[in-house]
Amino acid sequence: MKLLVPVKRVIDYNVKPRVKADGTGVDLANVKMSMNPFDEIAVEEAIRLKEKGLATEIVAVSIGPAKAQETLRTALAMGADRAILVQTDADVEPLAVAKLLQKIVEEEQPQLVILGKQAIDDDSNQTGQMLGALLGWGQGTFASKVEVDGQAVSVTREVDGGLETVKLNLPAIVTTDLRLNEPRYASLPNIMKAKSKLLAQKTPEDYGVDIAPRLSILKVVEPSKRQAGVKVGSVDELIDKLRETGVVG
Amino acid sequence: MKTLVWVEHEEGQLKDATLSAVTAASKLGEVHLLVAGQNVGDVGAQAAKIAGVGKVHVADDAAFAHGLAENVAPLIAGLMDHHDAFLAPSTTTGKNIAPRVAALLDVMQISDILSVESDDTFTRPIYAGNAIATVKSSDSKKVITVRGTAFEKAAAEGGSAQVEAVSGTGDKGLSSFVGQEVAHSERPELTSANIIVSGGRALGSSEQFHALIDPLADKLGAAVGASRAAVDAGYAPNDYQVGQTGKIVAPGIYIAIGISGAIQHLAGMKDSKVIVAINKDEDAPIFQVADIGLVGDLFKIVPELTEKL
Repeated sequence: MKLLVPVKRVIDYNVKPRVKADGTGVDLANVKMSMNPFDEIAVEEAIRLKEKGLATEIVAVSIGPAKAQETLRTALAMGADRAILVQTDADVEPLAVAKLLQKIVEEEQPQLVILGKQAIDDDSNQTGQMLGALLGWGQGTFASKVEVDGQAVSVTREVDGGLETVKLNLPAIVTTDLRLNEPRYASLPNIMKAKSKLLAQKTPEDYGVDIAPRLSILKVVEPSKRQAGVKVGSVDELIDKLRETGVVG
Repeated sequence: MKTLVWVEHEEGQLKDATLSAVTAASKLGEVHLLVAGQNVGDVGAQAAKIAGVGKVHVADDAAFAHGLAENVAPLIAGLMDHHDAFLAPSTTTGKNIAPRVAALLDVMQISDILSVESDDTFTRPIYAGNAIATVKSSDSKKVITVRGTAFEKAAAEGGSAQVEAVSGTGDKGLSSFVGQEVAHSERPELTSANIIVSGGRALGSSEQFHALIDPLADKLGAAVGASRAAVDAGYAPNDYQVGQTGKIVAPGIYIAIGISGAIQHLAGMKDSKVIVAINKDEDAPIFQVADIGLVGDLFKIVPELTEKL
């Protein structure tokens, strides 16, 4: 069984994003970039399926600028077998990403596509579900457990009320939530080995997909800030303050 | 403009998240609702009473029983022939279904809106709420998820909408529901509670989390939440998690106990009316957003607070 794992290059999750003064977006110049954390979990899950003998090949794919090669090399160093970069400097929206992935799926014929549930830059949480619709495949979103069993996959999902398990016919889509696994660090020998793994370079035009955006960003601003309030010195003072709110009787 | 709003329901009860989505939809135009599920006649009747609703579509079919996106999305996409915008609450159900509808309609979804600026322009949080983007959609139909805490709830009573049965394309045979582990609690739901008591990693263990947080919450009639660190450490179940990747809440009072205040946690609770922080580290970032702060040992403070309230 072949697995396809899309990965996105985003601002590192430890960096505090700064809104540009002119309101056009978030300043990414000279900012540390990394693999989207949910996508790291997706790569890890794919590797574990391969280690269990349930998968034979892992193909990592990224859609983004030339530097997204670094993100793909990280996936290869973790344990993906080969990579595809669909290179573009444009901001590609989830719908267009899903259309590109659909074409790649048609070429590669994976049985399972494992994606992060959302990217920590645009926080859309759309691509996996959209790809499911375009391919006519089942989807197990926000997964905390994935079990492949013959021609089906059981996915335990993190839902508002707790956990829910669905069974999907293969091929299928899985999107990862935080507690699915803890991604490994790539070892130095594996980082060296990843440099010689195959990384194919493509463009959106190669797939005949129109990536023109449907949404235009009119402005980006900082959220309104809360002011720090008072510090109290004792539980009694805290209770007085709580009663002043009128919410606590 | 005609809008179609997804009705969130569970065990025959309409859920509050629906009411915020109705308010957002009413800013765009006429509000129609969709109730999909099995034996959902009661939910349809409850939905028809929501103030300001013009029509309720009820799709009663075993294929829709568990809200499986594979079966529900084609039903919605079909109804969108006669509607201009589809709105779903930003719940795990809404987030699961809406993008699938959007792709079927060849529309780029607008996720988690905070406001409706005009019939094609909305604001939404990006970068875990560290920035707010104003976006304009060029798609002729809109697919939108709505952040519940950003919109007032529509009145649950007062309407008398017409109810109409609709049918979909049934079971697509792609997926099936196996089971669920739902935590049943006497406490209010996190996303609609007026008071939330939330615990962090400083609680140290699952036993101490429940021994300290639960009695305080019960004394206040509050819901219980947790930081991602506490959930990841196994002190609290995943459905307690408040934050960018968990639940977004905005209660009247949010009491953060032993929570340092990571960006992603603040993103989930900073719209609370009053934030209370109890933490032994006086430099913890949570104090930068707290209205009332108390620096000290939570293992002494929390039992004392519970006793004296």
